[in-house]
Amino acid sequence: MAAFQERPMGFFTDTSICIGCKACEVACKEWNQLQGDPAKFTADSYDNTGQLDAQNWRHVQFIEQVPDNNGVVFNPTPIAGGQAWLMMSDVCKHCKNASCMEVCPTNALMRTEYDTVYIQNDVCNGCRNCISACPYGVIGFNEEKGIAQKCTLCYDRLQGGLQPACAKACPTESIKFGYVDDLHKVADDRLANLQKQGYAKAQLYGRDEKVYGGLNAFFLLMDKPEVYKLPNAENATLPSRNNLPGYVGGVATAVVGLIAGLLAFRNGRMNSNNNNTTTPN
Amino acid sequence: MPPAEHFASPPEWQWWILAYFFFGGLSGGSYALGTLLRFGGDARDESAARLAFITSFIALIPCPIFLMVDLGQPLFFWHMLVDASPGGGLAFKPDSPMSLGSWALLAFGLFSFVSFLGAIAEVGWFRATNGIARILRGGVGLVWNAIGTVFGLFICAYTGVLLAVSNQAVWSDAGWALGGMFLASALAGSTALLLLLARSRRDVDADTGVRLETADRYFVILETILIVVFLITLAIAGTIGKVLGVWLVLWLVVIIGLAAPIAMLSSGAARRWPPVAAPILALLGVLALRALVIFSAQI
Ligand code: SF4
Repeated sequence: MAAFQERPMGFFTDTSICIGCKACEVACKEWNQLQGDPAKFTADSYDNTGQLDAQNWRHVQFIEQVPDNNGVVFNPTPIAGGQAWLMMSDVCKHCKNASCMEVCPTNALMRTEYDTVYIQNDVCNGCRNCISACPYGVIGFNEEKGIAQKCTLCYDRLQGGLQPACAKACPTESIKFGYVDDLHKVADDRLANLQKQGYAKAQLYGRDEKVYGGLNAFFLLMDKPEVYKLPNAENATLPSRNNLPGYVGGVATAVVGLIAGLLAFRNGRMNSNNNNTTTPN
Repeated sequence: MPPAEHFASPPEWQWWILAYFFFGGLSGGSYALGTLLRFGGDARDESAARLAFITSFIALIPCPIFLMVDLGQPLFFWHMLVDASPGGGLAFKPDSPMSLGSWALLAFGLFSFVSFLGAIAEVGWFRATNGIARILRGGVGLVWNAIGTVFGLFICAYTGVLLAVSNQAVWSDAGWALGGMFLASALAGSTALLLLLARSRRDVDADTGVRLETADRYFVILETILIVVFLITLAIAGTIGKVLGVWLVLWLVVIIGLAAPIAMLSSGAARRWPPVAAPILALLGVLALRALVIFSAQI
């Protein structure tokens, strides 16, 4: 199979046609040999995967906006007459401006020839700084291997001209894989179509540069980003925004602290010298 | 303003990191105190300055060990300094406080070690390094200590910047306050530690002790101001609730630690406490402040 060109590649995940079958989760685990976390009973959701982490590089979110026993719907959406069961196959966004890459001290996090973000297993030393930085909670710590792990956008398959396992397995084509430029066009058409049908809240997330300079894995959402646990444009901030103010705050405190220390030692010494000279009188 | 929304996962930085933040702060702060005493005070402060340099290095010794054992791959600790990727070179990333901190720790280790060698020669514990002690006495010593102090203070503060340079609630919300707050608290904690150690040494001038207490009060005031700033920034971001609740117990320890040095001065009851009480309470406060900042954001 012909290898792909060295151009930005990614996913367009259309949540409006996700049926929550989790084929993507299974295919991802199968190909990447991930054991998965021990099953847990959450008692409040059909989602028993829980979150993205070192064992879950795809996670189908279930946003259950169905009536409770009293018929009350929290956060009603425009779908299905105000009620909905939103599903979204979440994944690493392969951000253009990646928070994880900014903070990684070892350069284990690198950008590939396909513009994707990749963790080099043999370089990562398990400091977990990238976990604290990723705004999407994508990266997890693999206890067994002692390193951070996340979606590689199936870098190994890409090199062999194969599409990522999740996109191949998705039966509804909710997960579309391709060159990012081409995916943008598909997404624009789909959004226009949905809006024509009256889905006023439908929107693209990560298609433009408002969040992290654009996401190579971007989404069509049926509600606000926050509903899907995605920071909106206002909250999509890079860790490095705190570098300068952080150090300036530190330097200012250091200067004040040093002056305070000098005052304490100098003044005290002068006072004691004065006392010493006056004592004999 | 709507509250800041965070969806980041916790990095699970726990006890080893707390221990590093505590000992690293004491080491950097003690070095700065040693320099202030040596070049800001006079000859009678010299024994306290030596004690500060010795304390600085001893507090620094466990720091790399704490950092290594916290890594998932402790034997790859050197990847912090050397890029192990194909075509590598040095791993130096100014945007990453962890990268800068690793280099600063290495540099500070050198300054702290040499000053330690000079100090132990002067106290008579190890005469072989008398030459170093002699060199560190004059202008060269001033330059050496000044540069070492810059690195030492960096070690005190960068840990706060490291937390802030993230997308975690609390840490990233208090962006510009955390570095300064940790630095001020490290200075207060180091002064308390020096006061504690000075009590067991006859060669430390009693007058130096009084001046250290004055310095301690200044640092405590600075720390208190920065804690208030920290809380205000969290209130503005709408995430102050994360550091309240069960964390109020740790806040109580912080407040007692801050109040102890001032209470010793002004309250009759506190003056009857054993002299070691205030420094010990202050050190516990320094530890509690770091614990609540580290843990509250990750739960
Ligand atoms: S989503 Fe997270 S892990 Fe993926 S590239 Fe962006 S910051 Fe890095």
